[in-house]
Amino acid sequence: MAKELTEAGLSVTILERGEDRHTAETGAYPNSIDELRGSVRKRLFQKLSRNSLTIRNRIDQTALPYRQLAAFLPGEGVGGAGLHWSGCHFRVMPDDLRLRSATIERYGKKFIPDDMTLQDFDVTYDELEPFFDKAEKVFGTSGEAHMVQGKPTGNGNVFAPNRSSPFPLPPMEDTFSAAQFRAATQELGYHPYSMPAANASRPYTNPYGCQMGPCNFCGYCSGYDCFLYSKASPNINILPALRRDPGFTLVPQAQVLRITLDQSKKRATGAVYVDLNDHHEKTISADLVILGAFQLYNVHLMLLSGIGTPYDPHTNTGTIGRNFFYQTITTSRFWLPKNRYTNQFVGAGGAGVAIDDFNQPDFDRGPHGFIGGSPLWVNQAGVKPIAAASAGGGKGRPRWGAQYKSDMIETYKHSLSVDAHGSNMTYRDVYLDLDPTWTNAYDQPLLRMTFTWKDNDVRMNRYVVDQLKPIARAMGATRTELNMLDYNQPFDSRLYQTTHLGGGAIMGSNPRTSALNRYLQSWDVPNVFVIGANAFPHGLGYNPTGLLAALAYWSAHHIRTTYLKSPGPLVPS
Amino acid sequence: MTHHHATIPSRPSLARRQFIKGATALASAPFWRNTATARTAPPTRSPDLPRFFTSDEFRFIERASECILPHDENGPGAQELGVAHFIDQQMQTPYGHGELWYRKPPFVSGPPELGYQLPYTPRQLYRNGIYSLTQQCLRHYHAPFHQLPQDTQQLVLSHLETGALALEDIPGPTFFEQLRSNTLEGAFSDPIYGGNRDMKGWIMMGFPGARADFMDWINQNGAPYPFGPVSISPSLSMTVRE
Ligand SMILES: Cc1cc2nc3c(=O)[nH]c(=O)nc-3n(C[C@H](O)[C@H](O)[C@H](O)COP(=O)(O)OP(=O)(O)OC[C@H]3O[C@@H](n4cnc5c(N)ncnc54)[C@H](O)[C@@H]3O)c2cc1C
Ligand code: SF4
Repeated sequence: MAKELTEAGLSVTILERGEDRHTAETGAYPNSIDELRGSVRKRLFQKLSRNSLTIRNRIDQTALPYRQLAAFLPGEGVGGAGLHWSGCHFRVMPDDLRLRSATIERYGKKFIPDDMTLQDFDVTYDELEPFFDKAEKVFGTSGEAHMVQGKPTGNGNVFAPNRSSPFPLPPMEDTFSAAQFRAATQELGYHPYSMPAANASRPYTNPYGCQMGPCNFCGYCSGYDCFLYSKASPNINILPALRRDPGFTLVPQAQVLRITLDQSKKRATGAVYVDLNDHHEKTISADLVILGAFQLYNVHLMLLSGIGTPYDPHTNTGTIGRNFFYQTITTSRFWLPKNRYTNQFVGAGGAGVAIDDFNQPDFDRGPHGFIGGSPLWVNQAGVKPIAAASAGGGKGRPRWGAQYKSDMIETYKHSLSVDAHGSNMTYRDVYLDLDPTWTNAYDQPLLRMTFTWKDNDVRMNRYVVDQLKPIARAMGATRTELNMLDYNQPFDSRLYQTTHLGGGAIMGSNPRTSALNRYLQSWDVPNVFVIGANAFPHGLGYNPTGLLAALAYWSAHHIRTTYLKSPGPLVPS
Repeated sequence: MTHHHATIPSRPSLARRQFIKGATALASAPFWRNTATARTAPPTRSPDLPRFFTSDEFRFIERASECILPHDENGPGAQELGVAHFIDQQMQTPYGHGELWYRKPPFVSGPPELGYQLPYTPRQLYRNGIYSLTQQCLRHYHAPFHQLPQDTQQLVLSHLETGALALEDIPGPTFFEQLRSNTLEGAFSDPIYGGNRDMKGWIMMGFPGARADFMDWINQNGAPYPFGPVSISPSLSMTVRE
């Protein structure tokens, strides 16, 4: 977004709460690939000591602070979570952008549970296609197309929509584990494909002139900064070009406290931030404010600044905090015979083989009674030894002692994991607001998350995971552990799941039920645009960043072509 | 009980040369070499005396971590890997002081799914927890934990794990998980942190350490990866063949 706006001739300042980061320094080999400092002590993630949130499962509980990072790992520092993401870079199933309409057309209105607040995105795949294309070219995404300009072209995902051009780079190679999954699912008549990965399969120069080197499957994508310049990140793919632009200023160590509004509360005038170098509050004025603080903190800043009306689940009014969701994920494990080594430390964050047979729109949910879906994939991203030792030998096995040790070593050497990475719908009593008790280091109320899993999503996850049984047999597994969500098992903030949080300030066609219009512009304060997965009205089977990036470019395009010419609401409210 | 303190041959120039050889042989990007040689000197090896733990606390950590990861036919246990020294050193870091956590009051207990809610830092968890555990061992078994027979030690730990035993206001599982996590970290983190002595934890698991280049090993049809581990620190690296 900053690149797009400086290209349009604007003078752009980024305020970032964390430190500046350059791959050549903070991401250099070998110090960057240190599991203890990295994913265990959370080198690159949000500093909870300064800012956290509170969590509860139900409205009648007291939410308690998220004191230790676990379930999700928001970023902090230049590049954000985009520096330490894995690189699974998806588009979207066209019907997922109009899931409410598509569900009603196919199954009738009664199919939608009463408490589910299902809404369409109010943007179509065809409108977004040029921006998916652009994002993939900026990210240097590796993958295999199925349909380009209406013609079948390759061995890609048969369920993927038409593309205007092929992926910029050929697909990543299959790891041994992924190859086993490809063969087994093929044999069973499913439709395996190479996951689109923002890990470079070849040397690449993007449209901004930023360069990437080929990925060597070092296994340090997720939670790390790629020392080989192979994984797309703002730091590698955009900032090298942007930093040279005289119209661009980057202010690290600047914690934004709130967006300032004029007296009408309909115009933003800038922001107040704490300069963490001298701990002074400073003000910056701006004609246009873009929030890009990650889903959670976009919602937090809107609530703290008084942009829009906070959502109230009791009266079902207000929009800020509404339609919050997460990502269902459960990881199952197959053990192969002891003469086959899965070398789980080998891998790349976005590489793998997936099937969308239970995620694609034509899959009939009617008999199973759920909305949503889930790809299944082997995405061996590089399993490090502390993580493997902590996970141990699987469910029901001893967690310490001699038997544990043998199980754990065998599991590390000979097993592989398969994820069911599925959607999560939105519900009237799942939302975000401000906490009444706990505050951050700047004495502002923490964000409060009210979240748990609901039956629709548990049913979906259980159904899809169950389909792994024949796949495990076809792979010759000697032992299989299927992991699925349980009904009435509350969301557990202690277990890492994903950092795919969404909604809370969603896009839509109606200002009473959405915070943003289809261009991600605030309905209430039209010189504020909010970029993030907060804009999604519900969860998807895919990881969010591909759609998030396309929406960012879509929004930037409309700011450049329409808003800047005549600032004001892009959609009448 | 004697503490086995492994000494690493301090031949940095030789070790470094070996490391670089390994790296260039496998590397696909030239800047590996520069960064590898530009490494600063590794921290000095852990002293024999603990810096945070008292000697009795240290004996508890040694024995309890050995129960969690015992020496057996698969390879060394926590004690041989230097886990207690690792944990002791971690207590000096921001992590040990609780600086990585959100620590604002009030501290209110809640359902386990909402996570850790005690006011204690890792240092305080160990200090208070070991104190209470020692009192309880003295009361029930008339000896501190480290002097109990191994099967009694295992019993005590399993009571902590299941929550049958609490350490005053510290629930048994909270203390047990702290100890288990730190033990596994010490056994399997880079040896620069004082554990995983001689990279024997990694050798046992078949993890090649900081090699981080598997261009030729993306799919070798189920064959085991052939090269032993290297450390982040050239002077702690010895190219080992399994
Ligand atoms: C380990 C991990 C793996 C992931 N893997 C994938 C994947 O494979 N595929 C995928 O699609 N997604 C993945 N994700 C998710 C992905 O990282 C996010 O979707 C993406 O980075 C979100 O981009 P963003 O720009 O909205 O926020 P971010 O990238 O988080 O950037 C927001 C920035 O705003 C800053 N900020 C926040 N509040 C303030 C404030 N008040 N003042 C100043 N600055 C502030 C933050 O410090 C941060 O740097 C992963 C995430 C993690 C943690
Ligand atoms: S696996 Fe590839 S993309 Fe990921 S960190 Fe390693 S080299 Fe970079």
